[in-house]
Amino acid sequence: MKVIYLDNNATTQCSPAVVEAMLPYFSEKYGNASSMHTFGGNNRHAIDQARQQVASLIGAAHADEIIFTSCATESDNTAIFSAVRSYPKKKHIITSAVEHPAIMEPYKYLEAQGYRVDFIGVDEYGRFDMQRFQSVLDEDTALVSVMWANSETGTIFPIAEIARLTHQKGALFHTDAVQAVGKIPVNVQETDIDMLSLSAHKFHGPKGVGALYVRRGTRFMPYLMGGHQEKHRRAGTENVPYIVGLGKAAELAQKRLTDGTSAKIAALRDELEQGIVAAIADVKVNGDPEHRVPNTTNISFGYIEGESILMYLNDLGVCASSGSACTSGSLEPSHVLRAMGVPFQFAHGSIRFSLSDQTTREDIERVLKELPPIIERLRKISPFSRLAA
Amino acid sequence: MWDYTDKVMDHFRHPRNVGAIPNADGTGQVGSLVCGDALKLTIKVNKETDVIEDAKFETFGCASAIASSSILTEMIKGKTIAEASKITNQDIADALGTLPAEKMHCSVMGMEALEAAVKSYRQGGAPVVFEQQEEKIVCHCFNVSEETIIKAIRANHLKTVEDVTHFTKAGGGCGRCKGEIQKILDKVNGAETPAAAAQKTFAQMTVVEKIKTIEHVLEEDVRPKLNMDGGSAELVDLDGNVVKIRLTGMCSGCAGAMGTLKNFIEKTLKEKVDASLSVEQA
Repeated sequence: MKVIYLDNNATTQCSPAVVEAMLPYFSEKYGNASSMHTFGGNNRHAIDQARQQVASLIGAAHADEIIFTSCATESDNTAIFSAVRSYPKKKHIITSAVEHPAIMEPYKYLEAQGYRVDFIGVDEYGRFDMQRFQSVLDEDTALVSVMWANSETGTIFPIAEIARLTHQKGALFHTDAVQAVGKIPVNVQETDIDMLSLSAHKFHGPKGVGALYVRRGTRFMPYLMGGHQEKHRRAGTENVPYIVGLGKAAELAQKRLTDGTSAKIAALRDELEQGIVAAIADVKVNGDPEHRVPNTTNISFGYIEGESILMYLNDLGVCASSGSACTSGSLEPSHVLRAMGVPFQFAHGSIRFSLSDQTTREDIERVLKELPPIIERLRKISPFSRLAA
Repeated sequence: MWDYTDKVMDHFRHPRNVGAIPNADGTGQVGSLVCGDALKLTIKVNKETDVIEDAKFETFGCASAIASSSILTEMIKGKTIAEASKITNQDIADALGTLPAEKMHCSVMGMEALEAAVKSYRQGGAPVVFEQQEEKIVCHCFNVSEETIIKAIRANHLKTVEDVTHFTKAGGGCGRCKGEIQKILDKVNGAETPAAAAQKTFAQMTVVEKIKTIEHVLEEDVRPKLNMDGGSAELVDLDGNVVKIRLTGMCSGCAGAMGTLKNFIEKTLKEKVDASLSVEQA
């Protein structure tokens, strides 16, 4: 059975070209990049090249502003704890209510440690509450960390504006750009962003490697200590093959941003979304239709539950994900959809389809053919569907 | 990705007895759209014999909720009302092979719907919405009463707040009631766990205390691991310092049974209860 993979916000296929670039660094060129001998030391050049490729993808002025990490969660944690440790007198931090747990959990931890924390809410379209943000931002604010694009709905926040306002009050600005990098143009030089997190496996790189951009001149305290690597900013032997993989993936992603791939993905996404809305009653598209990454659509199916939809799709080889409580292991539906005020009956039945450049028109047509009967079948089982009639 | 049994997937893919019986003799409802799962069970009962002749369900929920509802209708058909009333959530889970711990509340929902349907039948057929027995609501996110929590703790030998959440959903929302759940656990289990006996050495304990202590360790440390392989263990007898155990489920007849008894169960009991204990197959 052909797998139709529409869960690219969870992870993507590692491109064959990326794998090829990585392979020599496992068994052939396995030397330690920090060694004095050329066998290892030469790998430094491979890392430098990757650093340049990542810097180029996000528009960083200097390659040394890129610190390689093990994942975006590490990048996020590093950025947050660096900011609060660098400004120990400031006791206020701000984020949004719809962040990834890699931001949420450190913020909650700091809240328990006595920090004043504001989680800025969103409206029904998932749009950042700018007014509320401006009202709580003050001179005591050490850090503002707001995601660039939302993983569940694809909604893009006005990061340049939020960063500008943050700097006016003298606070640091960090963005978790995991769902933005590789999907939309990102240019840190043109903005007031101090720190930015990204992850390779969200744009066809390998899992287990990420990066943190830290603008030159930004106060910084390392999260991992114990080595000189990354200019003392991230200890630990450089993961050469994975860093090379991230670099290659960044290079390929940059090409896709300008060669019309994004528009092609957006067209397929729109075809899927419009097809579903036209064919199935009682559906609701979640997120900001005007400011959205091109590959994501989040659709709620009223009166039925997301896990059931996913499992029937799974039987047909279609991979997607859900904000339903049942899929998460927790009992409450997605915190993102709840923050948007999506009614429970719609939150429980939400499905996220996230495409990539590998998604084909046939894939979309197949989903549009298979999905309506699944929804109809589950609504027949549901005690609520008659209410809709 | 949940580890659903083939039986769960079969009932999810091919749910039996979907729908609502017109003019049902009993209608039980539980759950709501807000909770994320809901079940409406209708039954047709032979008034002469009290036998459930037909049962149908409508469910809003995940795969395990649909499977629990589906198998419940099969389980109660042909049973008398009295027989059906004895079905517990564990029976539903057992009939499905097993359910992931986080999904046990789906089987509880089945039991509650059945309870409501039986009540509806006894009251003349008007639909009954399952209600918490007592006024005292502990978990306000999911509207779970103290009564429900106590019942779940007793019936399923729950030990931790997490267990209670898996079975009843209580504590799974904002989490504010977790302290209260712990207190209820302490209250219910306090009488059963060997708290009083804890101060004594094994030799000083009465036979009842010894058995309770061993049973406690079996439940806490042994069965959860065996359950992962589809097996379990029963305490059959205690003869001096010899603990007689019967392996059940997948463990019974397993080639590694002797190893399980000696290397795992005996080792655990020696560690947690008393070094003098040895384990024998009953």
